[in-house]
Amino acid sequence: MSARLNQSLGRALVSGARPYILAVIVILALLPLLNLAVPPSSPFYLPDFAIKLIGKWLCFAILALAIDLVWGYVGILSLGHGAFFALGGYAMGMYLMRAIGDRGHYKNPLLPDFMVFLNWKELPWYWHGFDNFLFALLMVLLIPGLLAFVFGWLAFRSRITGVYLSIITQAMTFALMLAFFRNDMGFGGNNGLTDFKDILGFNLHTDGTRAGLYWASLAMLIATFLLCRWVVGSKLGRVLTAVRDAESRVRFLGYSVTNYKLFAFVLSAMIAGVAGALYVPQVGIINPSEFSPAASIEAVIWVAVGGRGSLVGAILGAFAVNGAKSWLTSYAPELWLFILGGIFVAVTLFLPRGIVGLFGQKSDGPRISKPSLANLSKMLGTVPPAPKEQRP
Amino acid sequence: MHVGRRRALALFLILIFAAVGRVQDARADAFTDALAGFAKDSYSDTIAAVEKVSATGDPRAAAVLRALAEGNLQVRKSDQAIVYTREEGGKTLGTEAASGKELGEIKTDDYDQVRVNNRVRSAVQAALGTFNLVHPDTRQRIDAARALFKNPNAANIPLLLKSLEKETDPAAKAAKELALAASRLMSDKQEERLAGIAHLKTAGDSEVRDLLLRVAGQAEKGSPIHTAATEAVASMDAQLRLARNAEIFFQGLSLGSVLLLAAIGLAITFGVMGVINMAHGEMVMLGAYTTFVVQQIIRTWSPELMEVSVLIAVPLAFLVSGAVGVGLERGVIRHLYGRPIETLLMTWGVSMILQQAVRTAFGPTNREVVSPSWMSGTMEIASGIALTQNRVVIILFGLLVFAIVIFITQKTWFGLQMRAVTQNRAMAASMGIRTGRVDAMTFGLGSGIAGMAGVALAQIDNVSPNLGQGYIVDSFMVVVFGGVGNLLGLLLGSSILGVINKFLEPFAGAVLGKIFVLVAIIVFIQFRPRGLFALKGRAAEA
Amino acid sequence: MLQLTRRAALAGLLAGTVLAGSPAWAQDTIKVGVLHSLSGTMAISETTLKDTVLMLVDEQNKKGGLLGKKLEAVVVDPASNWPLFAEKARELIQVHKVAVVFGCWTSVSRKSVLPVFEELNGLLFYPVQYEGEESSRNVFYTGAAPNQQAIPAVEYLMSKDGGEAKRWVLLGTDYVYPRTTNKILRAFLKSKGVADADIMEEYTPFGHSDWQTIVRRVKQFASQGKKTAVVSTINGDANVPFYKELGNQGIKATDIPVVAFSVGEEELAGIDTKPLLGHLAAWNYFQSVKNPTNAAFVSKWKGFIKNPKRVTNDPMEAHVIGFQMWVQAVQQAGSTNVDAVRQAMYGQKVKSPSGYDIVMHPNHHLSKPVMIGEIKADGQFEIVWQTKGPIVAEAWSPHIAENKGKVANWQYPWVCGNCTSPKFK
Repeated sequence: MSARLNQSLGRALVSGARPYILAVIVILALLPLLNLAVPPSSPFYLPDFAIKLIGKWLCFAILALAIDLVWGYVGILSLGHGAFFALGGYAMGMYLMRAIGDRGHYKNPLLPDFMVFLNWKELPWYWHGFDNFLFALLMVLLIPGLLAFVFGWLAFRSRITGVYLSIITQAMTFALMLAFFRNDMGFGGNNGLTDFKDILGFNLHTDGTRAGLYWASLAMLIATFLLCRWVVGSKLGRVLTAVRDAESRVRFLGYSVTNYKLFAFVLSAMIAGVAGALYVPQVGIINPSEFSPAASIEAVIWVAVGGRGSLVGAILGAFAVNGAKSWLTSYAPELWLFILGGIFVAVTLFLPRGIVGLFGQKSDGPRISKPSLANLSKMLGTVPPAPKEQRP
Repeated sequence: MHVGRRRALALFLILIFAAVGRVQDARADAFTDALAGFAKDSYSDTIAAVEKVSATGDPRAAAVLRALAEGNLQVRKSDQAIVYTREEGGKTLGTEAASGKELGEIKTDDYDQVRVNNRVRSAVQAALGTFNLVHPDTRQRIDAARALFKNPNAANIPLLLKSLEKETDPAAKAAKELALAASRLMSDKQEERLAGIAHLKTAGDSEVRDLLLRVAGQAEKGSPIHTAATEAVASMDAQLRLARNAEIFFQGLSLGSVLLLAAIGLAITFGVMGVINMAHGEMVMLGAYTTFVVQQIIRTWSPELMEVSVLIAVPLAFLVSGAVGVGLERGVIRHLYGRPIETLLMTWGVSMILQQAVRTAFGPTNREVVSPSWMSGTMEIASGIALTQNRVVIILFGLLVFAIVIFITQKTWFGLQMRAVTQNRAMAASMGIRTGRVDAMTFGLGSGIAGMAGVALAQIDNVSPNLGQGYIVDSFMVVVFGGVGNLLGLLLGSSILGVINKFLEPFAGAVLGKIFVLVAIIVFIQFRPRGLFALKGRAAEA
Repeated sequence: MLQLTRRAALAGLLAGTVLAGSPAWAQDTIKVGVLHSLSGTMAISETTLKDTVLMLVDEQNKKGGLLGKKLEAVVVDPASNWPLFAEKARELIQVHKVAVVFGCWTSVSRKSVLPVFEELNGLLFYPVQYEGEESSRNVFYTGAAPNQQAIPAVEYLMSKDGGEAKRWVLLGTDYVYPRTTNKILRAFLKSKGVADADIMEEYTPFGHSDWQTIVRRVKQFASQGKKTAVVSTINGDANVPFYKELGNQGIKATDIPVVAFSVGEEELAGIDTKPLLGHLAAWNYFQSVKNPTNAAFVSKWKGFIKNPKRVTNDPMEAHVIGFQMWVQAVQQAGSTNVDAVRQAMYGQKVKSPSGYDIVMHPNHHLSKPVMIGEIKADGQFEIVWQTKGPIVAEAWSPHIAENKGKVANWQYPWVCGNCTSPKFK
């Protein structure tokens, strides 16, 4: 009884949530002013540490949206989305490296420091063009998109689904990580790309540039949110959701499942690439550890915590988990793994629909019902244990 | 009568050597004089003293040299007398080297230790070799012969010849013959050296090759020695190449067995039960830490069991990881059946907690796990093919664990129930199988097996809280490559991946080789989306 | 009600995570930031350094603090995550207002925080041996530069006492420190007449655990009729499997000595060292150094960590030196102001546990003695060779062609970390 009451109240809340979302956006948009316009002595002054931090979370939120799009709405669990994020980041990093020009340690006008250092005499072919910002932006979209296209085309065409797909996406990002760790690849090895000076001529280490990047990230997050909402709300989106819930049935109805999945996967990879590109100038470094499978899994966890199949949930999850991580690593450095790990366990047990489930919002996530069981047995090749008696 | 003359000469030399040795007084003086060299605190003087001391042939020399090798030779600050020490019951007891007088407990502050480095150590080994050639213990005799081989000296020829006459043990005999051949190389007589080369040629060892090359390098080009040595090296190379390929294959199998061990528990928890178990690596880690704890307890309570500590650890690791697995299943995972993706999130959390728990309990640094002697060193199965014993044991252990798992799943009542529950839970339940219990036991089995793997991996890798993280990606890959839920595929898959990896490594390097294997798996899955061995029939199509 | 809770939740989320710790700290303590990973792959090495700083802070407080104030350590966990290092560095300086930061281990973590320290004019003490090629105004490097570790070690192995090695295997993990060190070593070996054919250079990934092939190749490379030595810049947890494989394949130090630059007492504590007898390491400090300063340091550490089996190592000693120097500089400057402390740092002298007087130079590096130790059966090192006195660190190695004429000197008239002519003429 009370549960139903709660739910209906929650639904009322969500329908009336729009003003709140708008309010949050306005607050987020105004935050940098507390840094720029308020003197540091004032109690309302926001240190640029906070601006950088929220800016970083905004990028993570974009990545979470990308993952939610394919996982929450198409049922593709990618454990390798960090790869697209990192590739976008590297593309931006390469622009920032070229922008350093002759201000590096070795004062070489063309070659980044690490190349001078490895005795390279000329710029590798794949570094050409990155001195142009627009070219770099194009690559931010194109490289992750292309990788997603090739990978997705191979995988979806062969009808690799479920856990098999998850594991090979993991293999993909792992292989890329190993490759980028190699100094001979020409991406700076373990040290990655760092020591950036400016972007489009603006010094990266000033409050103004920081605020600009922050606003760019916020704008991109809003744009991505609207784009994703438009995609999942359209007819296309309904087909995608149908693919998630009953792929074979959709195929038998005559839809080209491969193409639909491929479209979503490529779009999602490009969004992840953009997130990475915004992330790199704000944190000041891109290194192969962004490719590590653990990084990708963490990103999936943001979405799960926030609420799979809800765009707001993905954003909330990214903010909540990263906020908790930032806070706990400072204020409980010895215990934070216990606390965060405990939260993950608790969320799965008590909040199967993530944080948005708390507010009673109906996520568009898959029901725990027959279709998903069929998927499970398909990916395992065995018949899985039936669900326990339904819990209230 | 070339050979006869040489023998006569050798006999003569032995006689002279023995005669010199009999001059008792001169020897005693020489020994005391030689000891003085140890007090000079320079490696060169120490080495000169080692050579002098051993040349006296004095019976007291062996004790001095052994003490030196162990860093127990001291110089008394007051009068520069040489004293060797031993530890007994926490006390340092001293003995005067020259007089043999027992000094009882000594204060180490009154003494300076004679410093030893690799150069001194190697000279001491060579010197000790001459004493230990007739040691009653076979192992000691072989070590002595090895030491003489590594420090070849023509002066040792008579000694070696003499000790060979009485040698009965075949391994010791072979080692002494090798040392003899090497010593002959150092002779200034051409026929001796050629005879040495002729013998060395038959041994396909890389150290022998090294020695021959050195000889060839010193000899004049075109001289008989140079020609013979170069020919010997060339003839060895063909054999070495074959041996190398055999070794690479073995290394591949060894890597495969590591992959198999790491993945086999996952094949049950993930492959059979469908739990995306990100905490699998931590189960392996718990097994490794169990080994550490077992060894700590043994070290304190009964050090004589150290040799079998690993064997004791295997069942205990199974129980520890298995118990954690059962607890995990009953506590949380059972609420998530039918929601496989969510098990990923939850087990990720569990893995974080377990890692930090171990870090808190045992500290963040590596823990030392000792290898029993039967797991250290190499065994030569054919000329030039030396296999490291720990790898051999791990391969066998991997196969054993695999056989046990097959046996449990195929031949036992529990295995039957397990398969029944996996195939049709409702039907199994209605037949009276307590499915919940079977679930817990199955998860416990998978975790326990992972723990057993941890005991083996502790022998070759770090025992640290991060141990499990290093294997998790590879484990999933192996399970998927072999075919989820298929144990035979797992065995074959891990061996194939291991061998391919090792054959690629010499050409491509460790990293590129691994990248290539990963890409190959991704491409392979395109053609066989269900792994090497897909389950056939309705279950696979459902 | 519900609306309120939700709004509160949102507000809490923002306030709690973002503005946590707004700059409302009372200034009755001097804050010391500790930026070492306590989780993730680097926790294995860095946790000990965190404890070292805590011990030093504790000890200083027992002496009555600094400038009449208590010291307060602010410990954060950057979790072996490089962007997180930068975030935490900024937080330490801006939010916690620390006077100084002791931290970082890997080069990439230092590179990640460097812009933060330079932008906010913070002060970082970096305690680990590294590749050099850097001299930041805001960093004091208390570990060894390559000329204080690598080159003396190779010289020793070339000497008669070291075994007169003629052939060299340069084995490292594929990142910037091994690459630089090997680049410098190769140039050095060439200058000593070693041919390229007698040098084998090989890189492995982080955490490499299967060393069978490489150890086999080393053995093969060593069987070419010349005395061979291995110079290892293998990092972190790849060392244990490497040494285990060496032991199992029966490579003894008397045959092929391995000299390592990243293996110290702490790493050996996790290995059964009996098969490794005689393999070498080059550092600026060993626990086995005999002098009163060191004896006091070792016993203090064992007491602080409450474990008689814990060992000390070179990076810990570097923190001891760095911390002591910082304390002296603050006392001299009479303030924790970074600019004042920086000026007071130059020429600061400390009697270190290594037994030498260690001096801070205007290139932000130390002069340190070089010691070469052979591994003993108990996991400690027998010091077989050491320099007569401390050697001054070269921030820019003269063995690298691009560094010609480069000077690092932060005192008048140079005032730069990387220039060929003084700033003030």
